[in-house]
Parts: sequence; C-alpha cells; structure tokens
Amino acid sequence: MHMADALLSPAVGATFWAGTIGTIGYCARKLKENMDEKMIPLMGVLGAFIFAAQMINFTIPGTGSSGHLGGGMILAVILGPYAGFIVMASVLTIQAFFFADGGLLALGCNIWNLGVYPCFIAYPLIYKALVRVDSSPKRITVAALISGIAALQLGAFSVVIETLLSGRSELPFRTFVLMMQPIHLGIGIVEGFVTAGVINFIRSSRPEIIDSAASGRPLSSGTPIRKVFIGLLIVAALTGGALSWFASSNPDGLEWSIAKVFGKPELPEKETGIATALKSVQKRTAFLPDYDFKKPEAAAKGNGRSSWPAVQPGTSVSGIVGSALVLAAVLLIGLIIRALRRKSA
Amino acid sequence: MFDNEYFNLGYLDTLSYRDTVIHRLDPRAKLIATLLFIVTVVSFPKYEIAGLLPFFLFPVLLFSLADVPVKFILKKVLLVSSFAVFIGIFNPVIDRRTVYYLLGVPVSGGWISFLSIMLKFSLTITSALLLIATTSFPGICHALQKLGMPEIFVSQLLFLYRYLFVLTEETMRIVRARDMRSFGNKGKGMKAFVHLVGTLFLRTVERAERIYQAMLSRGFAGRMHSVRSYRFTGGDAAFVGATTAALYLFRTHDIVGAIGRFSMRVF
Repeated sequence: MHMADALLSPAVGATFWAGTIGTIGYCARKLKENMDEKMIPLMGVLGAFIFAAQMINFTIPGTGSSGHLGGGMILAVILGPYAGFIVMASVLTIQAFFFADGGLLALGCNIWNLGVYPCFIAYPLIYKALVRVDSSPKRITVAALISGIAALQLGAFSVVIETLLSGRSELPFRTFVLMMQPIHLGIGIVEGFVTAGVINFIRSSRPEIIDSAASGRPLSSGTPIRKVFIGLLIVAALTGGALSWFASSNPDGLEWSIAKVFGKPELPEKETGIATALKSVQKRTAFLPDYDFKKPEAAAKGNGRSSWPAVQPGTSVSGIVGSALVLAAVLLIGLIIRALRRKSA
Repeated sequence: MFDNEYFNLGYLDTLSYRDTVIHRLDPRAKLIATLLFIVTVVSFPKYEIAGLLPFFLFPVLLFSLADVPVKFILKKVLLVSSFAVFIGIFNPVIDRRTVYYLLGVPVSGGWISFLSIMLKFSLTITSALLLIATTSFPGICHALQKLGMPEIFVSQLLFLYRYLFVLTEETMRIVRARDMRSFGNKGKGMKAFVHLVGTLFLRTVERAERIYQAMLSRGFAGRMHSVRSYRFTGGDAAFVGATTAALYLFRTHDIVGAIGRFSMRVF
C-alpha cells in the first residue's frame, strides 16, 4: 500500500519526511564509518533487482490472485539494516517519481512505513534474535515469516495513523484498523514465505553472501537504536509543531486531534508570523456573506473565526459561475500556448 | 502489462531530454517549485473545492510550455488513483450531513470532501509526473545532492536508475520464458517464483562484482563524478519567485469567488 498526497495534511507529511530524512542521514553516516567501496555498486544494482523482482508476479496458493514482492526484509537480511534501508528508500523514490506511487509529499511516509519497520524493528528485534549463522532453513522460514508479518502490520498501522492525523478521510479509527490489518496480515504471510524462500535459495547456493551480512555488519551493540528513535521522535515533534502553521485558518486533522487530546483547538503560541498574516489577508479579502457558507451551529459558536468543521464549498451561484470561469480560463490559456507553439514550430 | 510499465519508464526518460523553456530550468528550481506546489495544495482544508480550481493553471502551463503529451500523463494518474479512491470513497458513506443544495439536489459533506480529495490527488500526482517528464532523473539526483541529501543515497539513486533498464530487460526475458512454459496458472506458483528471483539475485550479485571491477579499472576511489554542471541562474530564481508569489496569491485569495461575483455584476 502506498500512502497518497491527497490524504495527507502538510504537518503530517512534513513530520514523516523529517523522520525519513533523519534516518537516511543516520544510515549514511553509519555506512561511511565502515564501508567497503565494493558495496556502492552492489547496493545500486540490488535496488534495481528489487525493482525488477517486484514486477514478477506469482499466484498465491489457495486464492488464485497474484502477488508480488515487497523487498524490505530481503534487503535488510542481505545488506544489513543501514544499507538495506538506503536501498529501500531509493527504490521507493524512483517509484514515486516514475510511477507516481503516492506522490512526493507522501514519499516520506512511504519510506518510513516500508523501510524503517522492516530494517530497524523487524530485522534487529525479530529476525536477528531468532536466526544464527548455522540455523536450519526451517528456522529461517519461521523467522522470516514472523518478521515479515510484523513489519507489514506496523506499516499498515502507520498508514492508519497518518491518515487519521491528517483528517482528510472520514474513516473512524476502528473501522480503518479492522480493514487494513487483516488485508496486510495476508500480504505479510505471503511476503514472509517468499522472503524465506529467496534467503534459503541464496544460502544454499552462495552461503557467504548472507553469512557476511549476518556476522560482518551487525547492528552496533548497546542502545544506539533506541537513541535514534528517541532523537527521531523529538525531531518529528518539533518539525510537526513548527510546520503546522501551514494548516492555515481552518483547523486540519492534526489540530483537530490535538483539540481532542488537550481540549483546546490549537497549541498555544503557535499563531505567529505567517499564520497571522495569512489570516488577516483572508479576512480582508472577505468571503461575501452570499458566498460564505457556514453550518448554522458552526456559525452560532463561531465567534468570528470559523470552527471545525467549517464547510465552505461555495454555495451561491457566484461560486459556481466563478469555478466554471476559472476552469475555462485555465483550459483556454493551455490551448493558446499550445497553438502558439505549433505555429512557431 | 509488464512490457507496458517498462515502455512507460523509458518514455518518461525520453521526454525529460527534450529542449523547452521548462526543460532548460535548473533541476533545483523545478524540484523546489514542485514541492511548494504540493504542500500548498495539500494545505487546503478538508471541504475546500473552489479554492483548488485555480491551481490547475500550473499543470496546464507546464503541459503546454513543455509540450508534454497530456493523455499519457493523465492515463498514468488514473492508474495510481486506487488507494486515494479506496480510502476517500468512505467519506460519502460516513459523512451524510447535507451541507449544501446544488440546484435543489442535496449534497452531503462526504461527497464534497471526497471531491476535494480527488482534486488534490490529481493536482499533486500530475505535478510529480510533470517534474520527471521535464527533468532528467540524474538532474533531480544532482538537485537532491545540492539540497543536502547524503552522497551515498544520491549515488545509490543514480546506480539504481542506470541498472534499472538493464535488469528489467533481463527480468522481462525471464518472465516471458516462464509464461511460455506455463499454462493457466500452472508453473506460476511461489516455488517457481522463489527460484526465479533467487537466480536473478545471484546474477545480479555477479553483475555487481563485474561492475565494481570495471569501475576500479577506471580509477574509482569512492566518489561519483558528473560531467554536466548545472548553474542556478537569475531566470531560475525568477521562476521560483513567480511560482511562490502565485501560490501565495491563490492560497490566500478567493479567486473563484471574486471572478464569480465580478462576472455576476457585469452580466
């Protein structure tokens, strides 16, 4: 599943971008410290490999529908978490650009959902805990299955959280979770089996590739992973707060959920600078009464500023006429430029 | 479907090497402008429709100035709409409050927010595809590096992009060979898949070793160099400035309402 731009609010999108960029930077530093130059082409070509392997479909036993590979777990197992994460991030970046899977703002969320969970949670906490260098194929299958399921469940849950915080969708939490998690349980099981199959295949033909990853590039001991997470959370919270002024005068989902948590519509001291400027401009350009539509109860308790949920679809005829004119003008501009270019060419 | 995806990838790449006003802009300028555009569009509240319409001016300008085939891009936008539609379609189902009468027909809040999601979806996805159709991917990588992305991530992207075409072609051969030997769903199960992917993996690793040796013999010492140099000119700055100003204007002013009222007064 790919998160989509249209379902995100700027604050949520920026928060996850901050987390993703932080993780990329952290991995890049880690790799720089102890990297074999040989890894650079290997990582690049393996990214292309994951991309190509995702294009091969197969029949899922018992259902007749077809599935394909996700790849996060395979990368973490073969390359270790840092390089695996960078490769996964680059695969998703190319997909976002060329297939428009999700979009550019949602890319931060997508890298987080499909990269961080397999590489930094499922791999070190589940897979590495279960598998030793001399583990049997059966044990590897079990480990890959559990970690594959765990990674996808976390990713799916993350999509739910991102969507709810953004507040563009009406889906209630319970329904959404009950919809997403079972679907991704199925996908996770398939992903786990495929991951296990490929890892066992590689181990039987070129065991040294996997063994070097397992022994040579372990997560450094101690607690850095926890430190990274706490650091990321702080960065995320700060950026989220700093960027939520983007949300403008009408509270978006994040503010709405903040309102639920704190009982206040917005965090204090947030409305400075551009937010106030935006608001005053908006007030000055004044929606005429016949254009502005407020729900009666919203208007009653509105006290000058529109309260949640403020619906301003443009009720009067002038709104509809304006919309039609704008669209026509936009189209006309395009056609004129095209015609001019044809003429000059 | 497989061949089609591959064709699309190559076609976007070809488009990006044309030579128009938009193509000549610095990749950094285009990347920044696109990101600003997406954030501004997404920042509109849930029930906004009228405010989003003026933003269609940006993709239309890019389509016409950069000579990008409209049908090709729109087809791609439709192809990826599934997730947004799937989640968005619950809005009309859940939010049934009538908020508005369109020529006497009641319209629920859910349909308005659904339409808003779809408008945002088409704007953001189109602008992302237009970015890649007007900017070569190495150009974007260069921009990312200049804007502070770690070098290893950028070189990773460049490598991935370069070998993408090689490996997809190889995979296409493999898939074609499998499909010719399998009838119905026989032979397309997970077991065959695992062996295909495993073999592809081993070939990939061997290819990576050959590539590394080739790089070494050409003097590779851990850094990737680019021959082409980009310059951020005054024109690029003007482009970013004009885009930002227009975005700000469209975001803060009710253009549609103003035009509507004005035209009502005239007629």
